[in-house]
Amino acid sequence: MRIALFATCINEAMFPQAPAATVRLLERLGHEVVFPESQACCGQMHVNTGYFREAVPVIRNHVRAFEPVLDGEWDAVVGPSGSCVGSVRHQQAMVARREGEDRLARDAELVASRTYELSELLVDVLGTTDVGAWFPHSVTYHPTCHSLRMIKVGDKPLRLLRAVAGIDLVELPEAQACCGFGGTFSLKNSETSAAMVHEKVRNVVSTGAEVLVAGDYSCLMNMAGSLSRQGTGVHAAHLAEVLASTREAPWSPTVLPGDRSRATAVPAAVPGPAAPAARAEEAGPAAPAGPAAAPSSVLRGTTAEVGR
Amino acid sequence: MTTFLGMPRVAPQPATAPQDPLRWGPDFPTAAHETLGNGQMRTNLRHATRTIRDKRLRMVSELPDWEELREAGSAIKHWTMSHLPELLVQLEENVTARGGVVHWARDAAEANRIVADLVRATGESEVVKVKSMATQETGLNEHLAAEGITATETDLAELIVQLAGDMPSHVLVPAIHRNRDEIRAIFTERMGDAPADLTSEPRALAMAARAHLRAKFLTARVAISGANLAVAETGTVSVFESEGNGRMCLTLPDTLITVMGIEKVVPAFQDLEVFTQLLPRSSTGERMNPYTTMWTGVTPGDGPQAFHLVLLDNGRTKALADEVGRQALHCIRCSACMNVCPVYEHTGGHAYGSVYPGPIGAILTPQLTGMGTRGATDPHDPTASLPFASSLCGACYEACPVKIDIPTALVHLRNRAVESQQRRLLPTGWEAGMRAASAVMSSGSRFAVAARAAGLGRIVARHDRIARLPYPGSLWTGVRDLPAPPAQSFRTWWKEHQADGATRPAGAPSPGSTAGNEA
Amino acid sequence: MDAREAILARVRDALGRSQTEPAPPVPRGYRAHSDVVPGSGEAVDLLVDRLVDYRANVHRCREAELADTLGDLLGDVGSVVVPPGLPPEWVGAATAGGARTLLDTADEPLPNAALDTAGAVLTAARVAIAETGTIVLDGEPDQGRRAITLVPDRHVCVLHARQVVATVPEAVAVLGQHPHRPMTWVAGPSATSDIELIRVEGVHGPRTLDVVIVT
Repeated sequence: MRIALFATCINEAMFPQAPAATVRLLERLGHEVVFPESQACCGQMHVNTGYFREAVPVIRNHVRAFEPVLDGEWDAVVGPSGSCVGSVRHQQAMVARREGEDRLARDAELVASRTYELSELLVDVLGTTDVGAWFPHSVTYHPTCHSLRMIKVGDKPLRLLRAVAGIDLVELPEAQACCGFGGTFSLKNSETSAAMVHEKVRNVVSTGAEVLVAGDYSCLMNMAGSLSRQGTGVHAAHLAEVLASTREAPWSPTVLPGDRSRATAVPAAVPGPAAPAARAEEAGPAAPAGPAAAPSSVLRGTTAEVGR
Repeated sequence: MTTFLGMPRVAPQPATAPQDPLRWGPDFPTAAHETLGNGQMRTNLRHATRTIRDKRLRMVSELPDWEELREAGSAIKHWTMSHLPELLVQLEENVTARGGVVHWARDAAEANRIVADLVRATGESEVVKVKSMATQETGLNEHLAAEGITATETDLAELIVQLAGDMPSHVLVPAIHRNRDEIRAIFTERMGDAPADLTSEPRALAMAARAHLRAKFLTARVAISGANLAVAETGTVSVFESEGNGRMCLTLPDTLITVMGIEKVVPAFQDLEVFTQLLPRSSTGERMNPYTTMWTGVTPGDGPQAFHLVLLDNGRTKALADEVGRQALHCIRCSACMNVCPVYEHTGGHAYGSVYPGPIGAILTPQLTGMGTRGATDPHDPTASLPFASSLCGACYEACPVKIDIPTALVHLRNRAVESQQRRLLPTGWEAGMRAASAVMSSGSRFAVAARAAGLGRIVARHDRIARLPYPGSLWTGVRDLPAPPAQSFRTWWKEHQADGATRPAGAPSPGSTAGNEA
Repeated sequence: MDAREAILARVRDALGRSQTEPAPPVPRGYRAHSDVVPGSGEAVDLLVDRLVDYRANVHRCREAELADTLGDLLGDVGSVVVPPGLPPEWVGAATAGGARTLLDTADEPLPNAALDTAGAVLTAARVAIAETGTIVLDGEPDQGRRAITLVPDRHVCVLHARQVVATVPEAVAVLGQHPHRPMTWVAGPSATSDIELIRVEGVHGPRTLDVVIVT
């Protein structure tokens, strides 16, 4: 198949390893990947923050960039993000219509109908669950809210992960709870967001897994940022990175490697109020808890171990 | 305030009684700062929401046709809203034909005045009350008190809230923010006739409430209730409850006054078969709530011989005028959305500053108060912060028995809040940022430049992470690290990858040659 | 303009702005029936399971055993409230053990205080829903005023198997024949979950619910 890559703006700017892994994975499976260079962003940030009018040019750019899929230029569009694919599918047309752009709305719907999240493309379109990956690490999987409830990928990511050689998949307690990212929610309601991610990290750490895997780097950025700040030593990886990893070209961690020197104890069940981030203009960052707290036994994955 | 030496001291939550039950306290982030600091409350909430969530899931999974019931519930509500004038008139006709009296109230003040006048006409100065969101919303108890009428809440949780001087924090279990030890303290300090040896066992506490209220029930002449629904075609009004306090109030007094939002009407008696299945399983996680009472006007020889139904607008028609937001009126007050909401679980109900907390409150409250409908929203209006009090995780939509698409409504109301802000003269920092971002993110080439520039962020990174940023970045780095931007952008990698044809499948045409170019 | 006209005008105005197309018809794809046949042994078994789950006491007997069952249940309660239309043989059975009957009628209702001190109340019911463990009373003479099944601390309710339907829609169809009757749906004794969402049975309604099912 000839597949157009919708890299997503956050991946492009911050986490190129996810779209790169998507490219390597699909090419390994014998498909051709195309990167339409006029793409930028799907508009989700503007929409979710309430800036519909400002979202329209962003949506238009996205639709025009991927429109060739309708003429058979490509067979499908793939995005390694449940959230961005969700926005393409459930927000673009709605917002365009609200702003009086009916033609754009219709085009957006058509492009959306050919746009797939990575696990959807692999399982539903390409009909595969075993992609021949090798990932000799213990992994826990967080189903991101938009992949779970907006585009409803179901257990497809887990089916893909279960078929990976060498993987030790550990169930994440309260897996379906939101990590607290929510886009600008993490800034506008930073303390609530912090409380939510604290809880998520507690559950991640309780699994003892070396690597936290999800299908969205936005949520992973939130969880990995907290895992790192708390010195848990748990790494984060996108589903695409796990599936792209092979014996010949194994995965190595790239995001916020754990750091034993900053290790703190496992966070308490109900944390106190978050660091006073909302009023942090003057304050420095929350100081990492002192080294008095010994590295706990759950801090298994050091950089050296994971990166082999 | 008097100090009772040796007694546990109960502090009301929130600390001061509100003027407006729909709009009290500061904006959500500020209020959440307070509630997030209340460790006891958060422990209570965590325990309670988990308990109810599991029960709900078990009960819902028992019904093979749950999704069909949700579809029907949603459609009945949509149909109802679309035919509201006819249905309200039909309801009025049928209640009146059966001996009831229907009153109409444009706002809270009018509803409170009607009720106070009706109570005064009976010559009574004490009334018993069934838990009712509508009268919470109008602040009826405070109004009656000012008129010299004592209203006693008879639902256990409402009694706890009333005795503590609290505001409710949940629409189903208003005292969810209190645990058993706190409730024991409240009863011991405030109930007057609490047993001296009262323990904090839930059963002992419930029995103390039973004994306290029994005499009141048996002698009450006037009761005030809300309504879960009313059937237009028959005039039948219904209250769903568990404790029997509802039956006591709806059955024993001579006069019953029911205050009901206009959106609670349903068209047909048959519709009861949908809501009697959806509501109990969604709210308390039971196959059926212990007691449901249905009455039509007045039945000679059985129950109150005077029945008044007060139909309340109080902002509902403002919500109805919004094409997207009006689905908030479909709510049947089951509270499933707050029980599954991760934001509610951490902040509790008081952070929402309204008698309607949680996800449904975040879309209902700002509409009832008319956020953004008249000129620019007052930037200090706390209800304008409510649509932003969500991570848009979608758990509420999934749980809602009448399929209210709360995430979409939240985003829609965010847009309404933003547009009303934009009517102000000076753009906010957010707005300037969003305009700039729109320009960058609507062009691949401009975005590529920006993404490369972001790589400069590596300068402030140490050990591949950024742990400290100035405001507003500090909102992130206060509690989390930020990864250093990548050394190589995706587009650079892609160009190198394209040049390295060996990684491509054999025989495949060169990728990228047909990729859309920047117009 | 009075409040009524004002509100109706507001509603019409609001709909004029928000109603973009007619509301679709209501899809009723949910179950109107189940595989469980009303009145069948299976229906009764399901009802019993649900009632017991909510801490009701359930007693099954044949028609011929009803008198003995009622006698056993009410032998030591002291006094039994009865509605005017209860079958005389039930009243006889209930009082066989020495309990005093307290007849309650619309014309001569018992005072609340008398209901409060009564040992029990004995009634029939209109319909029972197996799936949800619910019994519905609709105020007919064999069930009486709503107050009599509320104030006494114990409610003994006699059901015939033929009155047991499986699903809620089946029961609503029965009740819809007389929608104006005052109805009380009862699912187990009264309960509260207001303290830490822990269920406590027996608050203001009867703390004991005995259901006698005649098969």
